[in-house]
Order: sequence, then structure tokens, then C-alpha cells
Amino acid sequence: MTTFDPYAPSRDTTEGKVFSVTGGDWDALVQDIGATKEERVVVNMGPQHPSTHGVLRLVLELEGETVTEARCGIGYLHTGIEKNMEYRNWTQGTTFVTRMDYLGPLHNETAYCLAVEKLLGITDDVPERASVIRVMMMELNRISSHMVALGTGALELGAMGPMFFAFRDRETVLEIFEMITGLRMNMAYIRPGGVQQDLPEGALTKIRDGVKLMRKNFKDNATLLIGNSIWMKRTQGIGYLDLAGCTTLGITGPVLRSTGMPWDLRKVQPYCGYENYTFDVVTADTCDVYGRFLIRMNELEQSLRIIEQCVVKLDKLEGAPVMVADKKIAWPAQLAMGGDGLGNSLDHIRQIMGTSMESLIHHFKLVTEGFHVPAGQAYVAIESPRGELGASVVSDGGTRPYRVHFREPSFNNLQATAAMSEGGMVADIIGAVASIDPVMGGVDR
Amino acid sequence: MFGAKGTGDTSGYGGLVRKASTAGSSERPYGGYFDDVADDLERAYPDFSDAIERVVVDRGEITLHVKREKLVEVALILRDKLKFEMCMGVNGVHYPEQTGRELHAVYPLLSMTKNQRIRLEVSVADGDAHIPSLVEVWAGNNWHERETFDMFGIIFDGHPGLTRILMPDDWEGHPQRKDYALGGIAVEYKGATIPAPSERRSYK
Repeated sequence: MTTFDPYAPSRDTTEGKVFSVTGGDWDALVQDIGATKEERVVVNMGPQHPSTHGVLRLVLELEGETVTEARCGIGYLHTGIEKNMEYRNWTQGTTFVTRMDYLGPLHNETAYCLAVEKLLGITDDVPERASVIRVMMMELNRISSHMVALGTGALELGAMGPMFFAFRDRETVLEIFEMITGLRMNMAYIRPGGVQQDLPEGALTKIRDGVKLMRKNFKDNATLLIGNSIWMKRTQGIGYLDLAGCTTLGITGPVLRSTGMPWDLRKVQPYCGYENYTFDVVTADTCDVYGRFLIRMNELEQSLRIIEQCVVKLDKLEGAPVMVADKKIAWPAQLAMGGDGLGNSLDHIRQIMGTSMESLIHHFKLVTEGFHVPAGQAYVAIESPRGELGASVVSDGGTRPYRVHFREPSFNNLQATAAMSEGGMVADIIGAVASIDPVMGGVDR
Repeated sequence: MFGAKGTGDTSGYGGLVRKASTAGSSERPYGGYFDDVADDLERAYPDFSDAIERVVVDRGEITLHVKREKLVEVALILRDKLKFEMCMGVNGVHYPEQTGRELHAVYPLLSMTKNQRIRLEVSVADGDAHIPSLVEVWAGNNWHERETFDMFGIIFDGHPGLTRILMPDDWEGHPQRKDYALGGIAVEYKGATIPAPSERRSYK
């Protein structure tokens, strides 16, 4: 034992000597560990380690630098969203689900709303304009989510530049979100029956410009990373998981597509009218981190293609409704910009306060109590940026959900950490986890 | 007009006294590929009539209610013979008024080969909440079963390490059961104790 090191104190336990590393000079620690003559070391990484992709805790058993066992500790972001939803009405549920996977809020909302609509039996009544807006918003969201995956993934492997580019491009998407929904994340924009409000004036122009800009900007990261020898060495052949591994572990999304399996719910089980768009399912056949990285890079372009088609459709559907016609379900959100900000439109207020008592009662009942959903259960799966996002929704016929469960791709896919990294080097576990792209808000809910 | 029943309480915090009804058995034909799935399973699995308690087709989805003793057998047949390669996990639902089968475990299955989805449902009594684990069949069910145990207290027999996954290890109770109050934890902040949401006047 050398002199006391405030950055790496040690204590003896029944398990062996425990070192707490907080930073500083590693020399003393290395000397001390050398003195223990133990080959096997158990390392606790996280839950607030900068390279663990959120509050994920990794417990690693190492022999030298080789990982012999990897386990995940999760639950640090558990917020009881599913429980809370049982105490709120169906429409308020969107405000909760949007906070689960916070990088894909619009996907959460859409999955939930599609399930509620299925229970209500109004899937075919959702106006076309609303579905096109949903698709467009989801694809924009896919871009912003992939940008975080690429940027933070590269950062965790030690590349700073891609992060700057990725967040610059993500900003373009977030500005569009802010213009359309008022918020950059957690928008609660997609509602059962349609969307909260129509696109504001000038939105399509902004999106067209944004698409043009992003298509140009995406080249920066491609130039920086594809073929970069350091990047290739850190990603190729790392985090291997083949098709058999994916099926038994229930893995979907880019990880599944990196095995060459062209499984994309937008293509094979279309929802929101995805069958009406031209786009390709991107795959790779390397089963490794590099393949998943390439898939995300190429999916950006596919998303841009879908967005362009949405803009053309929306141009033609100008003025069409964005909420179901059934007034018993449609949220009375006739919003308008007033002198004191966004609020109920004056026309609507004049109607409910001045001319029609029935409208006022209707508004009040719908907003406070909400609509009834016929009893039953439904499961709706959509392709989120991370894979199959499934909403299991049970209704007892009341105005509040009886039970809502989200089959979160992050939660499920994180189970692959052990399969991807055991037997590899400790440095590669970071790349493997980054390629799964887990969002801890979604994992823990 | 809106069909309001009961106390008319709209706050949502008047206590959860609610009855959920589940759909009854469906008659043949089920429609779509559901008949094929049922036929194939009947052919591949001789114990079909004994193991499958009922088949429910509702809103374009098929649910097979399976006896828990037969769950692993059925799962293996579905995986190997009917090509349901993927299980999308398991989630619990608590129906306190269904005496003798209060706790349900719901398994959405996916066949990538045939592009089909079905659902398995197992129901057990609250006092005897044991269901055989499907981790041996679909390894990905590991965490899902841990979550369902954590939230509902369903014990998955044969699970390699059935521990809490989202709540702390020493947590008491299973939060997503209907008899578990929302936010019943008193928060202590610098000596001042803040009552749990369910104890606050505005929520009563």
C-alpha cells in the first residue's frame, strides 16, 4: 500500500479489496491493484459515467482487459409513467408517453394514439392530412434521434467533431418542431384522433429549406467518419450479434437490420399510410457496430425522401381537417395566437361563452372528464428509431386507461450488451452499447 | 350524452373502483390468418383443446388464453413449428375483480417469416401467482419477466435471476397493481415532510 490517494481510496471487504476511483492520478491505483495479485477485477462503470449513454450502470468482470461478464443495472430513471397514466384521461396520456423515450417523443405519441384509436375503432377515420403530418413529424424525429445516436456514439469513442456536426443538424429539426408544436421535445402534439393543431403558416417552406440544408450538411459527418481508419478500427467487427442472437433476444431496429434482415415495420406492417411512400429499407450484413452506424447514416437520406413526399402531399391537402370529425372525441383545441400568447381562439371562446351553453358543457366535459373508450385491449407496434415500439393498451370502458404498457426497444435491446461484449475488450463495450442506442428514459419509463 | 356513471368525480383521484370486463370467446371463423394459426397449432399440438382455454378475436387481434401448466409447451410449438421466432416480451395486467384469475400476463408474439402477430395470455390467482418462465424459449424475455415481477409480483418459475429491475431491491409492494396507491410515499425534504399525492387535499 502506497500513501493515501484521495482520488482512489481503498478498503478491504469480504469480496476482496475495493477501490473507489474518482479521477486524478491513476499511478497509485495501478500500483495497488498490481500488489493484490488478482487477475480478475470487477469494475463498476456508471451510473453517471460519461461514456455509458445516460444513467446506465455497467458491472463488468474483467480478466486483464478482456470482459468476461457484463451486466447492466437500470432503473435510475424510473418515473412510473405507466402507473400515472391510469389516473389521467386518455388525451392526457400523450403528455406522459412523450416523456418515455425522450429522443423519439413523436414516435411514443403516435404508438399510443394508434392504440387508442384502434380501441375506439376510428383508425380509418383519422384524416389523411393528420396521418401525413404524423409521418412527416416522425421522420423528422428519426433524423434528430439518429443525430444524437451518431454524435454521442462518436463522442463516446473519442471523436469530438461528429458531435458538433450532428447537433448542428439536429438543431435544424428542433427548430421545425418548435415552430410547429411550440416545443423542441415532449410536445404532446399527436393526439388520439389526429394532431393537436394544423401546421402554422410558413412551416412547409421552412421544412423544404431544412431538408435542403440537411442533405448538404449530412455529408460532413460522412466525410469525417466513413473510411476514417481510427473510426473503422473502433467499430468494425465490434459488438457482433447475428440474426439468431437478435431473434432470441427480441432485438429489432438498426441492430436487427445490421444482420442483413430487411425488417422495418414501416414496410412490412405499414401504419399511418407508410405504404404510400417510396423509400428503401437500409440494411448491412456485417452484424457489427460499423454496420449499425452505416444504417443510421443511410436512413437519414431515406427519412429526407419521405419528408419531401409528405411536403408535396401536404401542399395538396391544404386546409383539410387534422382531427377526426367526431366531436365526442376530437379535442377542442381551436388554438390561435393572441396578444398574450397561444390560447383558445376567440371564435371558440365566443361560441362557448356567449352563444351556446351546450358547447360549453361539451367543452367542459370533454376536457375534464374526457371521452370513453370501449373495453378491450390492443397492441400497436411502430418502427421507432431504435426498433419495435409497441403500445399495449387496455381499456375498461372508462375515460382513463386501465393499463398502458410500452414495449420499449431500448429496454429490450439493452439486454444484448452481454452478448455483444463478453469476450471482447473493455474499450469495445462502449462502442457496443452506443450502437444499441439505448435511451434510458425509455428503458426505465 | 357522455354516459357518465358513478360519483361524477372528474379529478381522477377519488380512488380507483373500476371494473374491467374482458371479451368472451370468439366463434369460428376468426377471419384473416387467425384461422390458419389456430388450425396449424391444433395440428402441431395434440393437447390443443386442453391447453388453450379460449380464443378471443377482438379489434383485428387474436389472443390465445393458455393454461399456465402448458405455457412452455405451447410456446415451443409456436416458436419451432409455427415460426413465431420473436416474443415481444411480457406485461402484466391486474384485474382485482376477476376472482381466482386476478393477474394476467400478456405475451405479444411476432413471426417475421410469416409476418403475423398473435398474443398469448395467462391468468393466475393472486395468492398463487406463479407462471413458468419463457426465458429458455425466448432469451429476450429475461428483463420483461423481471419487470412484470417487479410491478405485479408475478413469480416466473425457472427464471435465471428473478430480481427487481426498475424499483430498488428493498422496495416493498408491487407498484402497478390496482391495490397500490399512486405515489404513496411521503417525501422528506430538509426536515419538512410533504404528504404523498394521495394524501393531499386537492387530490382527495
